[in-house]
Formats: sequence, structure tokens, C-alpha cells
Amino acid sequence: MAESITYVRDRFIEAEKPPTSDSSALAWIRHNLFASATDGAMTIIAILAIVWYLPAAINWLFISAVWTGADRTVCLTTEQGGQLPAGWSGACWAYVNDRFVQFMFGSYPRGELWRPLLVVAMFVGLLIPFLIPKVPRKGLNALLLLVVFPIVSFFLLLGGTFGLRHVETSLWGGLMVTLIISFVGIVVSLPAGILLALGRRSQMPILKTVCIAFIELIRGVPLITVLFMASVLLPLFLEPGNNIDKFLRALIGVSIFASAYMAEVIRGGLQAIPKGQYEAADALGLNYFHKMTFVVLPQAIKLVIPGIVNTFIGMFKDTSLVTIISMYDLLGIVKASFGDSGWITPVTPLTGLIFAGFVFWIFCFGMSRYSAFVERRLDTGHKR
Amino acid sequence: MALADARTGSGEPPKVSLLYNPALRSIVYQVVTLVVIVAVVWYAWNNVVQNLARANMTAGFGFLNSRAGFDLAQSLIDYSSDSTYFRALQVGLINTLVVAAAGVITATIVGLLVGIGRLSHNWLIARLCTVYVEIFRNIPPLLVIFFWYLGVLALLPSIRSIFQHLEENPDAVFFISNRGIYMPAPVFGEGFGAVVIAFAIGIVAAIAFTVWANARQRATGLRPPVLWVNLGLIVLLPFLVFLVMGSPMTLDYAVPGSFNMRGGMVIGPEFLALYLALSLYTASFIAEIVRAGIRGVSKGQTEASYALGLRPGQATRLVVLPQALRIIIPPLTSQYLNLIKNSSLAVAVGYADLVAVGGTILNQSGKSIEIISIWMLIYVSISLITSLFMNWFNAKMALVER
Repeated sequence: MAESITYVRDRFIEAEKPPTSDSSALAWIRHNLFASATDGAMTIIAILAIVWYLPAAINWLFISAVWTGADRTVCLTTEQGGQLPAGWSGACWAYVNDRFVQFMFGSYPRGELWRPLLVVAMFVGLLIPFLIPKVPRKGLNALLLLVVFPIVSFFLLLGGTFGLRHVETSLWGGLMVTLIISFVGIVVSLPAGILLALGRRSQMPILKTVCIAFIELIRGVPLITVLFMASVLLPLFLEPGNNIDKFLRALIGVSIFASAYMAEVIRGGLQAIPKGQYEAADALGLNYFHKMTFVVLPQAIKLVIPGIVNTFIGMFKDTSLVTIISMYDLLGIVKASFGDSGWITPVTPLTGLIFAGFVFWIFCFGMSRYSAFVERRLDTGHKR
Repeated sequence: MALADARTGSGEPPKVSLLYNPALRSIVYQVVTLVVIVAVVWYAWNNVVQNLARANMTAGFGFLNSRAGFDLAQSLIDYSSDSTYFRALQVGLINTLVVAAAGVITATIVGLLVGIGRLSHNWLIARLCTVYVEIFRNIPPLLVIFFWYLGVLALLPSIRSIFQHLEENPDAVFFISNRGIYMPAPVFGEGFGAVVIAFAIGIVAAIAFTVWANARQRATGLRPPVLWVNLGLIVLLPFLVFLVMGSPMTLDYAVPGSFNMRGGMVIGPEFLALYLALSLYTASFIAEIVRAGIRGVSKGQTEASYALGLRPGQATRLVVLPQALRIIIPPLTSQYLNLIKNSSLAVAVGYADLVAVGGTILNQSGKSIEIISIWMLIYVSISLITSLFMNWFNAKMALVER
């Protein structure tokens, strides 16, 4: 024990200064921006970057931008054959303005535009009450939104019946196609995903193997290959001489892909339900169907709503891939318009892409905000 | 027995209609599933045979040995238009792996920095990182690729202005143009193998030294200068060998050709657009995963490490991150898989990856079933290998519990 050190303090350490309660702006800046030397250096670099790039970006986007005009000459400099001063660069919003209807509806006949507009109005009218938790009659609302609305929209958009003019799907395009594909993907993938997830967790070996094989195969390959499969192989798999609609093929491809991802999200929810819930349902004498619809699934789906919304966001972004199998969704039609001789300028591609990016961003950001809101609302009693 | 009697009325098991027998039901369901699947496959197969016969085509992989007849802009192995389709697919696979590996590394680094940045005490840095994440997470990756390819890289100086620039500055060796980034290419001479061997020896020695240093730290509490010794072993040793061997490497400079630059090394705009888009897009997701992982480590751990006298950087590196890694790895794996799968978007800008090359072959030969099966087989294999590796890594990092 001789080697052990004993240490006894013989005087008190000095008292620390009380924490500052200085709430002035200067104190805030010192604490949040210049807490240490590294911190200060990073802040200064960040401020310099912002001062350098932000005014230039705002200038390009708004101040130097061209807002009105009928053709490409309004966005060209004098050297390029336009009227703008040499060295000019800025967004060409006149081009977006001119092509706006095309970006929204593609080549849908201009005289029939009231039909997609009516569909949009119905969609908004049904969706908003569905999203606000306080509005009653959620069941009826869901039925209208997920079953009645798609059927009505189908006849309204395609026409050919009820005295409406037939509009080929090859004329559809723009944001309309993006929204239709993602909506169909959502409506199909939810029930299909639930079935696949239940199949994957079932005790029956054959059913289980089939579900696992399907889910893992589709999740293991890129969406493009699934889309190619739908657009190239599907016609081969069907009756000789069939002429299955191109738009329908894309819908099938996206739905298959989304279902596999949705199945995994829902399986996560099913696994999180304690075993006691299953056993309690069995003890009450409920059969499998009742056990799932009344006890397990309502709890499981509530748990994974954020995951489901994330899948929706992913799907919405993924619809842009139909461009590659030569269909004209929002991104596809914007990209196609770069080759339009009326609007070829050096700034057209950047302007068009920023516009398309902004539209996609609004939708995805909105969905993720809503998901965060639902998460907070459902997150009851787990906060520490 | 009295209880059983009361329940069933006799010692016999209750008579249940066969309709409600779970075992029988399960068999019936599965047989029905199997029959439906077999019927669908048979129907599809029948149609495929008829459709192929009508189009005068045959199925099979024999076409892989015929001449490709198309050129590929990017190829790391020998390839010309006289090579076979099989060779073309190999080029595509290598290109896919190259862009995926580069993307995974960059996305991890950027994602880690941005994720930590979002939790920074520095208000401005945290806001900037949030803006980055919220922008890139919410736009399609394809749009980001087009943004770089058509919006940024296409606006770089043309090759003609590079020629002009070269006339004014004949010593320039590094050029950025809308045809790509040109730089000198290393040409390895005789004796360069020794440098490679020295490099390998350096790495092995560095690992051995680290193991020894860790053991010594545990035994004595003293930490040997691991970083400097390892740096010397890995960098200095090969460099010395390089000098001793008489610098067996020359540089091949890019020089103006008739329409384009000749020689040197070029990184094409297709690769750059794809690589930048994949890295920056995936990094925004990785940043969120890193942030969630760090927030998942309880604050007591940080406070405990401060109490032990660790500096904030050390606390993050030695205490918080290793624990956060356990939360981070599983979702990180699926982001890596997403990046690998998203690399197939190369087809949109013409980078010769597996899907782009396969698509060209599909258009030329019409062998749709074969090409799509090859795609699926390769992508599923890559996904499986990646997730096996990440599962192994995860098991290694996981908390060892009783």
C-alpha cells in the first residue's frame, strides 16, 4: 500500500463565475457564431461565400431575368442575335411563361383543358379535408379519394364515353402525367404492399417464398430496369398482336416497384407490434382477417406513417425516370423543350431545370412537412 | 379430466368441419397460389414463344459473342467497335462500379460533414447545412444530373477557347472545358512495380504498428505517435523507393489535336455530372442519417467524456461517433444500395454504364429478355454483396451484449 497515492485537498478551489445571463445581440453572436477560433473562421468563410454567391444568384434569377417576350430573341445578347447587352446572363422566365400550359398538361388538346382542370379541382377538394385531422367522416373521404375519384378521373381524362372526345395517352404530358403516375402508384402500392408484407410474415412456406422473392428481386434492381421490363417485355408476355398502351405500361412498372418498397415499410410496422396483440386477438376468437384488419394493421400502419410518406416522396421523385422510356412527365417535357427552335438560348436549359426543380421541390417539401406534422401528432406519451 | 370434460363434453377432441382445419386451409391456399403462378408463367411463356416466332427471332445468349459495332466513349479496359457484346457489357459493368464507388466515398464524406454540421453550435453553419439537405433531398436525382450536365458543365469554355488559351500559355497542363477535365496522365516505366510493392509493405507495416500501439496504450497508458509513423510508412516509404528506382514514371500531357485534345487523361462531363449528382443527392440523405445517429447517443455520454477531460473533438471522435455508428450503419447500407441503383440514371446523359450499354445492345439486337435478365442478375448480385458486406461490418460494430 506504500505506493498508492493519497490525495487530500487542503484548500477550496475558487468558485466559478456564474453563467452569463447576457441576452444582448452581441452575446448571441459571440456564443453562436464565434464561440472558438475554428468556429469564427468557419463563420467568416460562410459569410464570405454567402456575400459572394447570394447577390449573384438573386441577380441571375430575378433582377437580370427576362420576364416577358414571345420568342428566343428576348433572351439573347447582341452577339447571339438578340437585343440584350453583351455579357448578359440571367434567367429566361419568358420561356417558362410561354411554355407553361405545355409544362402542366403536355399536348392535351387545348379546347379540352377543362377536363384535367376539373380533375385537379376534385383532387384538391377531396385531399384537403382528408389531410386535416379535425374534419370528420374520414372513411367516406378515403373511399371518395381512393376509389371513386380515380374512376371518375379515368373516364374524364381519357374520354371516348359520355360524349367526351377521346384523348390519346400519348398526348398527355407535363405535371399532369407526373401526378397521375405517382397517384396511381400510391393507390396501388398501399394494398399491394400490405398483402405482400402479410405474405412475407405468413407461416405458409410457398406463399412466403414467393413474396420474399418478389420483394427482394424488385428492391435489388434499379427502377429503370423495371420500367424497361414493363415497356419492352410486357408486350412480349401478352397475347401476340396486343398493343398495350405505353402509359399503362409505365403505370404497371411504377406500381410493381412501389409495392415492393411499401411492403418492407409495412413489414417494419407489423414487426413492431408486440406479440401479445396477436395472441390477444387469437384469444378473442378472431379469425385471421379480423385479427389483421381490426387489431394489428391499424396499429402497425399508424406506426409507419412517416415511412409510408417517405415512400410516397421517393415515388414522386422517381416518376421522373419515365423520361428515359420516352414519356413526357414534367422533367421529360421540360427537357424536350430545350430542343425547341423557338427557344434555344444558352440560358434555356438552366431556367427550365430550375423551374422543374422548384415544382418538384414544392411537392416533396410539402409532403415531408406534412409527414413531420403527423409524426408529432401521433407521437403521444413517448416523450421523456 | 373434469376440466376437459366440461369443455368438450367428452374425452374426444371436438369435431371441426374440415373447412375450418388450419392445416388443410394452409395447404389449399398454397396450392392455389402455386397453380395461379404456374398458369401465369405458362401463359407468358407461351406468348413469348409465339411472339418471338412471329418476329423471326430466337432466344438465347449466343448473341453475346457477335460483334458490337458501336464505340464507347469511356472505357477502362481495351474496347473497340470490333469487340463482342460481352466485352461491351464488361465495360459497362466496370463503369457502373467506378461511378458507384466514387459516389459512395464522396457521399459518405460530404454526408458526414453536413450531418455533423447540422448539429453544430455555430448557428450559420447549422442553417447552411439544413438548407443544403432540404434542397437536395426534395428534388429528383435525374434532375440534379441534368442540372450539372446541361446547366453547368455545358456552359464551361469550349475546346476552341482551350486551344486559344494554350497558344497564350504554352505551359498549361490542366484544362477545364465543356468536353471534360484534361490533365496529364501518368505513364509507368520499368521498375515502378517496386514502388507498388513498397506501398503494400507500408500498409501492412502501418496496420501492424497500429495494433502494437493500441496494445501498448492499453498496457502503459502512453499513446505512440500513430498518425505520423503511419503517414511515413504509407507515403514516405513508397516515395523514397520511387526516388531510389530513378523516378520510373513520366507524364503524358494533353495536346491539341485536330478537333479535340489528344493524350493525357480526361474525365468526361458525363461522368462528372453523374458523379456529382449522385454524391450530392445521396449525401443529403446520409447527413440526415448521421444526424439521427448522433442524436441517438444519449447526452450523458458526451458529458461523461467531458468529465474525463476529453476535448470536444476527441469526445465526438472517440465516444459519440463509435456509438452513433451502430445506429447509422443499417440505414447507411440502404443509402449505398440506392446510390448504386441510381447510377443506372447514367443512361440519361450517355455515360456508358451497364444500363446504357445494355440499352444500346437491346436496340441493336432486340434481345430484350436476355438483356433485362442480365441487368437484373448483375444488380441483384451487387446489392446482395453490398448488403452482406455491410451486415458483416454491422455485426462487427454492434454492441456485444451478454
